[in-house]
Amino acid sequence: MTFSALRLDGVTRRFGGKDALTGLSLTIGKGEFIALLGPSGCGKSTALNCLAGLLPLSEGSIWQDERRLDTLPPERRGFGMVFQNYALFPHLSVRRNIAFGLQMRRVPRAEVRRRTDEAIRLVRLDEHAAKLPGQLSGGQQQRVAIARAVVLEPSLVLMDEPLSNLDAKLRLEMRTEIRRLHQSLGLTTVYVTHDQEEALSLADRLVVLRDGQVQQIGTPAELHDAPANAHVADFMGYRNLLPMKVSSPGTVEGSGLSFRATSSLPVGSDVVVAIRPEDLLVGPGGVPVTVEVVEYQGREAAVEARTLSGAPVHLRVTERPSPGDKVTVVADPARVLVFPA
Amino acid sequence: MTALRHRLAERGIDRQLALLLPALLCVLVLFVYPFAYGVGLSFQPSSGGVLGAYRTFFEDPYQRDTIATTLGLSLPAALLNVAASVPIAYRMRGRFRGKRLMTTLLVVPITLGTVLTAEGLLNFLGPTGWFNRILPGDAVRLTNNYWGVFFSLIITGFPFAFLLILSYLSGIDPSLEKAAATLGAGWWQRFRRITLPLLAPGLATTFCLTFVLAFSVFPSAVLVGDPAGSTRVISIAAYHAGYEAYDYPLASAIAVVMGVIELVVVAVALGLRSLFYTGTTSSGKG
Repeated sequence: MTFSALRLDGVTRRFGGKDALTGLSLTIGKGEFIALLGPSGCGKSTALNCLAGLLPLSEGSIWQDERRLDTLPPERRGFGMVFQNYALFPHLSVRRNIAFGLQMRRVPRAEVRRRTDEAIRLVRLDEHAAKLPGQLSGGQQQRVAIARAVVLEPSLVLMDEPLSNLDAKLRLEMRTEIRRLHQSLGLTTVYVTHDQEEALSLADRLVVLRDGQVQQIGTPAELHDAPANAHVADFMGYRNLLPMKVSSPGTVEGSGLSFRATSSLPVGSDVVVAIRPEDLLVGPGGVPVTVEVVEYQGREAAVEARTLSGAPVHLRVTERPSPGDKVTVVADPARVLVFPA
Repeated sequence: MTALRHRLAERGIDRQLALLLPALLCVLVLFVYPFAYGVGLSFQPSSGGVLGAYRTFFEDPYQRDTIATTLGLSLPAALLNVAASVPIAYRMRGRFRGKRLMTTLLVVPITLGTVLTAEGLLNFLGPTGWFNRILPGDAVRLTNNYWGVFFSLIITGFPFAFLLILSYLSGIDPSLEKAAATLGAGWWQRFRRITLPLLAPGLATTFCLTFVLAFSVFPSAVLVGDPAGSTRVISIAAYHAGYEAYDYPLASAIAVVMGVIELVVVAVALGLRSLFYTGTTSSGKG
């Protein structure tokens, strides 16, 4: 299906008077990979179900170019969806699961066969085509679910935390697989996840949600380097979120720490300072902290330390200290983000 | 000695098995022995040799035809109960306001019992009931014949079938239908291609249970039926033989015939069931 853009306009969904999703507006270009990111209960799955047509909107509209979609039932939107629990039809073989959508669209039998074969090959399940879903491993079931959604060449593929039921190793493999599929098929995709690493590595653009509200929309690099607020920063791996005060222009102080930082906030205002563990360096002339917990992580160690006032800080170091050691930490002013409290 | 005990324990044979004894004893005394005694009795008629009682039953059309009469009542009733339950249960499978009230209302007939139901039918549909007073003339007779018993079987059997099917339906993962919808299947295709095949084994089981209930119909066949004619079901024949003619061997033989017919129908239904997918109705690793 050819189209140039998919437009969400103020998409809102309420459950019993409570907003689960508020005013999501977003334009998705053809071929784009969008990730909806947020903690559980943030409204990301609601957004996906609204897009799929499984939940009616309370307000707003969804457009594919000039065609209004939000008034259509799911079976007429022409989207493909990968469910969190895969939702494979347990009584149909892998082949018939994948062929189901084509048959529903009354595609001629020979073409169903050809496209199903192609999809099975694409997800490398050739020798499992005749099996029932119950006979497959989690990763294989996942691939069937993906093949079933993409075989229709849908105008939009929706994925609802597709990797959350897999173990860590398989999750990495499938992540690469999904990226590879997206690169080779160029299907427009909306991907829901609570895993920032997954979202950053897969998506062209990310939408960060919290309590049903959009916090920030941007490329992985934008979100990674310049989160819009402390919540996004928290989600993007800024483990040190410290309540501090602007003590003088260009300096923040508090929690037993003091950093140089650029901030336009007036002197004396309460702020939250966000620093990634890897940007907090052990070095001379810094603030003294006491090492408490050291976690081995291969080439580095993750360290939790306490400042003199007792606030916990997280840092990553290459030379492993021992618990109880006293070290001093410094931070590059450009890497210290200051948000209003 | 220890080795032997270990080997037995591996096969599930150990001292804990003794806990089964009291229950086993009850089953033997209260079920197996009377059952075997009845079967034995059916082979000891006062005349006609070992199979005399069976011969008496099958040679007399008045007795023999009770099989057809009973099947003619119980098969359609069981089929209708299952068939009517499916769309209603399908409609009610989700959560909605007043579901509990509706379920309760549907379950009431089970708790009332057949006699009260039969009385209601007689008062409502009988010759002087509302139904016939509103309708002109005496054109529709719905009691003291086939239809009276049939309605009674539906009223008492339907809630049973409905509850069973509702629970089977709730066991089917709702995301399967959602997945089918996103793949372009309309409601009828979703029902026919996904829900119905997954429900089919449950339907077969429900059919068996409602059929067995309907096949042994007795009170309503007497109360709202025509127990001497069109609704002379097989249990009436057994009752007559046993407690009016005091021919226990014949009564036992009829009971055995009843059991065999029920087994045949159940075997056919379960045979058809095995043609369907009978595995889990959830989807993958949830």
